Amino acid sequence: MTATRSITTSGSTRRTPKPAFTRKPKNTPGDKAVGAFSHTVLVIWSLIVILPLVWTLMTSFKTTKEIFASPFSLPANWNFDNYVSAWTQEGIGNYFLNTVIVVGFALVIVMILGAMCAYVLARFKFFGSRAIYYLMLAGLTFPVFLAIVPLFFVLRNIGLLNTLPGLILTYVAFALPFTVFFLYSFFKGLPDEIAEAAAIDGAGEWRTFFQVMLPMAKPGMASVAIFNFLGLWNQFLLPVALNTDKSNYVLSQGMASFASSAGYAVDFGALFAAVIITIVPVLIAYVIFQRQLQGSVSQGTMK
Amino acid sequence: MTAAGADPGAAIATTLGPTGSRKAAGGRRRKLTVDYVTFMVVFLGLPLAIFLIFVIWPFAQAVFYSLTDWSGFSPNMEIIGIDNYIRLFNDDIFMTALWNNVLLAVVVPLITIVLSLILATMVTVGGPSHGPIRGLRNSSFYRVVSFFPYVIPAIIIGILWSQIYTPGGLLNGILGLVGIDMFESFPWLGDERTAMGATIFVIVWSFVGFYMVLFVAAIKGVPAETYEAARIDGAGRLRTALSITIPLIRDNIQTAYIYLGIMALDAFVYMQALNPGGGPNNSTLVMSQQLFRTAFNKGEFGQASAMGVVLAIVTLIFAAIVFIVNRITGGKEEEGRS
Repeated sequence: MTATRSITTSGSTRRTPKPAFTRKPKNTPGDKAVGAFSHTVLVIWSLIVILPLVWTLMTSFKTTKEIFASPFSLPANWNFDNYVSAWTQEGIGNYFLNTVIVVGFALVIVMILGAMCAYVLARFKFFGSRAIYYLMLAGLTFPVFLAIVPLFFVLRNIGLLNTLPGLILTYVAFALPFTVFFLYSFFKGLPDEIAEAAAIDGAGEWRTFFQVMLPMAKPGMASVAIFNFLGLWNQFLLPVALNTDKSNYVLSQGMASFASSAGYAVDFGALFAAVIITIVPVLIAYVIFQRQLQGSVSQGTMK
Repeated sequence: MTAAGADPGAAIATTLGPTGSRKAAGGRRRKLTVDYVTFMVVFLGLPLAIFLIFVIWPFAQAVFYSLTDWSGFSPNMEIIGIDNYIRLFNDDIFMTALWNNVLLAVVVPLITIVLSLILATMVTVGGPSHGPIRGLRNSSFYRVVSFFPYVIPAIIIGILWSQIYTPGGLLNGILGLVGIDMFESFPWLGDERTAMGATIFVIVWSFVGFYMVLFVAAIKGVPAETYEAARIDGAGRLRTALSITIPLIRDNIQTAYIYLGIMALDAFVYMQALNPGGGPNNSTLVMSQQLFRTAFNKGEFGQASAMGVVLAIVTLIFAAIVFIVNRITGGKEEEGRS
């Protein structure tokens, strides 16, 4: 295997150009078998992913009685009653709004603060910069669960327990290490000459950052923002522990309390409708932006 | 091909290795102008203050509280040393939870990574054995669809699957359709024998797509010539996957293993959605659930903090084991620090 690897060190193009004189080779039976097998496996997995979602969509139009009658029957009336009652009576609309506020503010703040902190750590040498870097590492490695009990009292002491600003601050703090780490390598990779040119042109540190370095970091910022968005949108533990006032619930905890509320008296039709309401906006955004998102994943893996 | 972070876990893995020092810092000595001082205060001070107050300070406090019998709402507490820890290890329920976590941390990453590697290999290099190395047709469709679960909040995934698993849910419906009647009205999450397996499947379901995309990116980073050389040497598909793909992307696999393991050691969201009470006979109870209950329902904050410390230590041990195993099996000296 070592021999094979030594051949490959040069060049990294994915597709080698085909010489003009080759015949078009036929697929061998083996190729066809492997291809068919691969397609079968992938189709089965795709079905395992899609079927539950389609079933949820269908069920979200059924009444609770219909749901208990049979998992497959089509709804008798295709109307949006379940959606209306989920949005208004069950408070999903309110949770949705809270989530948009919390995630929106937290995302903007953490991107700005994270970029600033990563920039300073990556491009300035000063006493303690390594220590701060490793402190961030610690924050990233330890489970949030270790912090959750004291965090509850920290927020209570500063009067931000059960408030949206308190939740936003906590989100920012816990998304910060990841943001800083990702952007750290990004800012490190930017060429020095440009910062120097800006300095020679008389730009101060502030202007250099906002007008020169930050625009250059846009691709990195976009990737981190996507992952932060998904992470914060999914956040469950922090709100459940720190945001127990029902009118401030975010979507994830609201859904959890809805699903478990009163055990059996749940309006299942509305529950499925609420699930669809939660999934669909992000899913649509994903399908639109999936190229960028998958680009971000690959950007993270290969430098 | 670095294992730098596309997700929190990837970042964790990267930073555990000495990545940060790869390039020389571009810093030079600067004069202490007003511009520079305000810049440093705002740019470094502000984020750092938030980070210290809301992340590091609670971590430090948790370690201290774990040595006390604090109940949270009374101001007086006594330092009782390691009594909390001794109680934990004599507590059968907590030990059950600990073992469930260990089981999850071993099984979930293994299944997820094997499955996503198989799918990623099929998508990228599963094409015909002539001409350029290529994947299957329509492979991007599979990639897009498999990624769906990653954009759905974990709690929703849990709720969704708990409905699928109910006795009258989708799963038993499908099994009935294909003629398997023995599971009629079988409570998948309510039976001790299946609750854990069903739970593991849900977690795997939600992560396979993400790691498939990650591995697809990694495999595409391998030069095509490598695969061509292997083909000329007469290596079959299985051989190529085992001897070329896996060794060349092992850093990504390590990253994935650590991230999935850390997630499995927490697993709070999934468990809370699928079986909030810890499952039949505590068969799906995990440490995080027990911690949450001890702290916020029972008000035993000292005891709960001790659980948090145990959880953190188990997490660190897990990450260390993955690194050591990878090193012993030859990951590092073969690859160098890539």
